Amino acid sequence: MKIEERGYAHPEILVSTDWVADHLDDPGVRIVESNEDPLLYPSGHIPGAVEVDWTRDLNDPVRRDYLDQEGFQKLMRRIGATKDTTIVFYGDKNNWWATYALWVFQLFGHDNARIMDGGRGKWVAEDRDVSREVPTFEPSDYVAAERDDTRLRAFRDQVLGHLRDGGPLVDVRSPEEFSGERMHMPDYPNEGALRGGHIPGANNVPWGRAVADDGTFKSADELSAIYRDECGLSDDEEVVVYCRIGERSSHTWFVLSYLLGFDKVRNYDGSWTEWGNLVGVPVEKGA
Amino acid sequence: MSYPEKLQDLLDTLALLPERNDRIEFLIDLSESFEDVPAEVAQRPFPEEHRVPGCESEAFVWAEPAGDGTFRYHFAVENPQGVSARSLAVILDRALSGAPPEEVQRVPQDVIYEIFGNELSMGKSMGLMGMICKVQAETKKQLTDG
Repeated sequence: MKIEERGYAHPEILVSTDWVADHLDDPGVRIVESNEDPLLYPSGHIPGAVEVDWTRDLNDPVRRDYLDQEGFQKLMRRIGATKDTTIVFYGDKNNWWATYALWVFQLFGHDNARIMDGGRGKWVAEDRDVSREVPTFEPSDYVAAERDDTRLRAFRDQVLGHLRDGGPLVDVRSPEEFSGERMHMPDYPNEGALRGGHIPGANNVPWGRAVADDGTFKSADELSAIYRDECGLSDDEEVVVYCRIGERSSHTWFVLSYLLGFDKVRNYDGSWTEWGNLVGVPVEKGA
Repeated sequence: MSYPEKLQDLLDTLALLPERNDRIEFLIDLSESFEDVPAEVAQRPFPEEHRVPGCESEAFVWAEPAGDGTFRYHFAVENPQGVSARSLAVILDRALSGAPPEEVQRVPQDVIYEIFGNELSMGKSMGLMGMICKVQAETKKQLTDG
C-alpha cells in the first residue's frame, strides 16, 4: 500500500525508497543514516548519505543528555544542512534509530525532516545501489535554535506526576523486559537496571508491532486498532512512552505523533535504566 | 587476567589499528568471511535453546565437541543487516574454537569494547555480550550434559 493510501495524520513525514532514489542528487535534500549497528553504514549506504551516529553525534559525551545547541549547530554545519534542507532519515531495525535521530532533531525544532519508509532493510531488499564512499559537504552557516525539552521529552519527576494523575504510559519493551523476568535469566548480560518490571499501569506494546513484514509502517487503521482500541489511548491526552534508554520508544513516539496524529506524546528517555534504578519509585512486576 | 591465546593475538592486531575507520574496515572484512552453522550441526528452524537472548540480530550459537576436550563454535545470524554480529561470530570462532574450555569460560563479556570500541549503544553492546554469554553457556551445557 502506498504511503498516501494508508490514512496517516501526517503522511508527508514519510518518503518512499522510490522518492529517495529520485532525490539522490537533490541539493535541498540531505539523506542521513542512523543505525544501531556501527559497522553498517561503513559497509555500504545509500549513495550520498551521511551518517549521524547516536553515540558519537547525538549524545553528550560526559553527562547523560543529548547534545546542546552548540553541538547541534556544529553537526548541522558539518553535514552541510541549512534551515531549508530536508533531512531524510533512514536506518536499520525498521528505522528504530532513524526515528530516534529525528526525535532529537525535533528538540531543536528542525521539523523539515522525514523518515524513509521501510528503512535500510527495504532499500537493500530492493537491490538498490549502495556506496562505501563517505561524502563531505561544504559546511553550512546553520544557526541552531536552543533545545526545547518541554514538548517532546518527559523527565522522571514529570513521569511521577503523570503516574499520580493516572495518565497513560506505553512501555514499548519486550514482554520479558516488561514483566521483569528477563532480569532473572541466567547467562544474560545486565540490563543496566537494579530492578526489573515496569511503571505501574503502563501498557505493554512492543515497538515492532507498528511495523509490517516488509519493514514499512502499518496502515493507520491497523495502528489505531493497537493504540486506540487495545490500549485505549485517545488523541488529545498526554501520553508518555518509554523503553530502556528511550530509543525504541522514539519509534512509538513517531508512530503516535505523526502517523496517528496524537498531539501530546512525550518520550521518557530516562526510561527503564533510570526508573529501574531510582530509590523508592513504584514498580510493577508481571505481565 | 589472560585471554585465550588467539583472542589475545586478535586484540593485539586491533591495537595496531588506532584509527576508528581502519578498525571498522577490519571488522567489516571479518564479517564477510562469516559462514553459517553447518547443516550437520543444525538446520532451520533453529532450536530456540540456541538463540542468543536479547540479540536483535537473531543470533544462534552451538558448541560442537572437538573430541580433545575443546569445542568448535558455530553461529547463525538471521538478520541480514547484522554485520557486527557476523563479525563477532567470526572472531569468537577463530579465537575460542579449540581453546581450553576453562579459558573460554573466563572471557569477560566486556571484551566487546576492546573489539568494537567504546561507541557501542547499550542495546548493541548487550546483544554482542549476549553472544559471548551464550558461547559460555553452550560450553557449560556440553561439559555438564556431555
